[in-house]
Amino acid sequence: MLTTNRAAAVALGVLAVVVLFESRKLPLGSLHNPGPAYMPVLLALALLVFAILVGAYGGASRGLGAVGWSEWRHAAAILGTCAFAAIALERLGYRLTMAIALGFLIGVIERQGVFVTLTLAVALAAGSYLLFDTLLRVPLPRGPFGL
Amino acid sequence: MTETVHNLLLGFSVALSPPVLLYAFVGCVVGTIVGVLPGVGPLAGISLLLPATFGLDATKAIVMLAGIYYGAMYGGSTTSILMRIPGEAASVMTCIDGYAMARKGRAGAALAIAAVGSYVAGTVSVVALMFLAPPLASFALRFGPPEYFALLILGLLVLAYMSSGSMVKALAMATLGLLLGMIGIDQMTGYFRFAYGVVELGDGIGVVPVAVGLFGLSEILATAGQETPPAVIKPTLRELLPSRQEWKDANWPIWRGTVLGFLIGIIPGSAHIISSFVSYAVERRLARRPEEFGQGAVAGVAGPESANNSATSGAFVPMLALVPSGPIPAVMLAAMMVHGVSPGPLLIKQQPELFWGFIASMYVGNVVLLILNLPLVGVFVNLLRVPYPLLYPGILVFCILGVYAVNSSVVDVWIMLVMGLVGYLLRKLEFEPAPIVLGVILAPMIEMALRQSLAMSDGQYAIFLTRPIATTLLAVGVLLVLLSLKSLITHGFDWRERMAMAEKGEEL
Repeated sequence: MLTTNRAAAVALGVLAVVVLFESRKLPLGSLHNPGPAYMPVLLALALLVFAILVGAYGGASRGLGAVGWSEWRHAAAILGTCAFAAIALERLGYRLTMAIALGFLIGVIERQGVFVTLTLAVALAAGSYLLFDTLLRVPLPRGPFGL
Repeated sequence: MTETVHNLLLGFSVALSPPVLLYAFVGCVVGTIVGVLPGVGPLAGISLLLPATFGLDATKAIVMLAGIYYGAMYGGSTTSILMRIPGEAASVMTCIDGYAMARKGRAGAALAIAAVGSYVAGTVSVVALMFLAPPLASFALRFGPPEYFALLILGLLVLAYMSSGSMVKALAMATLGLLLGMIGIDQMTGYFRFAYGVVELGDGIGVVPVAVGLFGLSEILATAGQETPPAVIKPTLRELLPSRQEWKDANWPIWRGTVLGFLIGIIPGSAHIISSFVSYAVERRLARRPEEFGQGAVAGVAGPESANNSATSGAFVPMLALVPSGPIPAVMLAAMMVHGVSPGPLLIKQQPELFWGFIASMYVGNVVLLILNLPLVGVFVNLLRVPYPLLYPGILVFCILGVYAVNSSVVDVWIMLVMGLVGYLLRKLEFEPAPIVLGVILAPMIEMALRQSLAMSDGQYAIFLTRPIATTLLAVGVLLVLLSLKSLITHGFDWRERMAMAEKGEEL
């Protein structure tokens, strides 16, 4: 049966193999004089061993089907908003990006009213900018028209 | 002794100067809010607010960040008692009897006992910190690369051993963290490792995006789509006073929690979390009426709350004098380095104003927190009245802002996003993310210590077995691995497995 531990073991094992494969581009050095690939290879091998152990003793954990994923739509929307912020932050500027991101989360995902959405989106975006950029002097990106 | 008192006076002259006092106060207020808000634990809180300290000098910055740390420890108890929502992981045990007390109409008493217990534990442990850190720092001067390598390996093993549940799973997470820490330029040869042309990855993966992603963002991902949180119980100021019997019941658990928390705090790992679990178990074992636990036992609030605050100070001992002992001290260490402070054995001698000012500010912080947590508890609770659908977008904005502001880099926002997804999946698969953060921090140190040790010994690994301190540390590590195998042989549950079951609510 595919349990949570076994699913994790497969993912960790695959990651370990990928690291081993990618490490071939770097000099390994020797046991007595380690090169830049030495530690990554050592750690990838250790991860592989741990993955095998987790998989081998992982039969008693919960079945993967028993894990609740009811909030996945929300999670995907939030991750999408973060991705949008990463793409737009230095193009649209902090205030515009955050106002759009907040507007999407509050208005579209949480289905709040237009007034609440607009007020919160603008107040939070402008307020956090004022606090960090203006008062605490943490430089935040500006977008078109100095926004 | 005279020297310590003299140094402490120097510390108070720094800590009581109005600007430092102001930042200690701000740190405590912000920390309490961080502790009250579910989803923003002390680790994410410190990481998020690190950029806000960039404009400050090192003393003010460290004092403010430390205020956030122990403020969060205090604040976490509020939501645990009033709503059965742990503001941060160390308050999980407080939920059980704190909430039960609240349901019996003793919410105020529970909050007061938690606040006073935290104050006593915080103050006593700072005294212990004051006396222990300097001798430990002198001892640490005997450490060369082989000893550091052995200590760092031991730190990871202890963290894995102290984690609830499987040690193998915890070690797998620590190894994953160490692998992430390998990204970037190799310090010895200058080779780019696993950077794939992304220049920003040259300096490696920052601990802030990793911590905020694994803890802050993953919490939002897991909770945002869930049902509305339970109703808040709001006590009045008059209800805050515990009865004489409640004080009596809280007395010894507070002292036991203080000692236990401090000792566990020194040990590497998520000490503040572990200490509250251990304290709860000890109090239940010592109680005359253990059946009261879970039904509103005063000792079930007093012990764990004192222990997690005491562990907070305990964790500063190795951080200030030696190496970080867990993810939160590791972020604090990173913060110190950002401000040009090199923690380690020489810190106490080279920057006495900072070190003793920091110690003295913890005394001051404890008083500030006591004043804050008793009468203002109703104000903090109001934060929880904000519906979560409106609260989490705000928290998300601060996650993105905090991560971006550290290096003014969107690459860090992407790292946070990936780590948030990883943290969300790990939560679903019941893996602890804390060892990943410690692994990311320790990876460059471990690799450097190993390669320097081999350079010292002409490539002979025997160097780790010929130096007494290194050998002892590695032997302790091996012992822990053997201890973790005990339950496989006896076919019983060891304390870590019982703790994991308690966390899941399967058995208490």
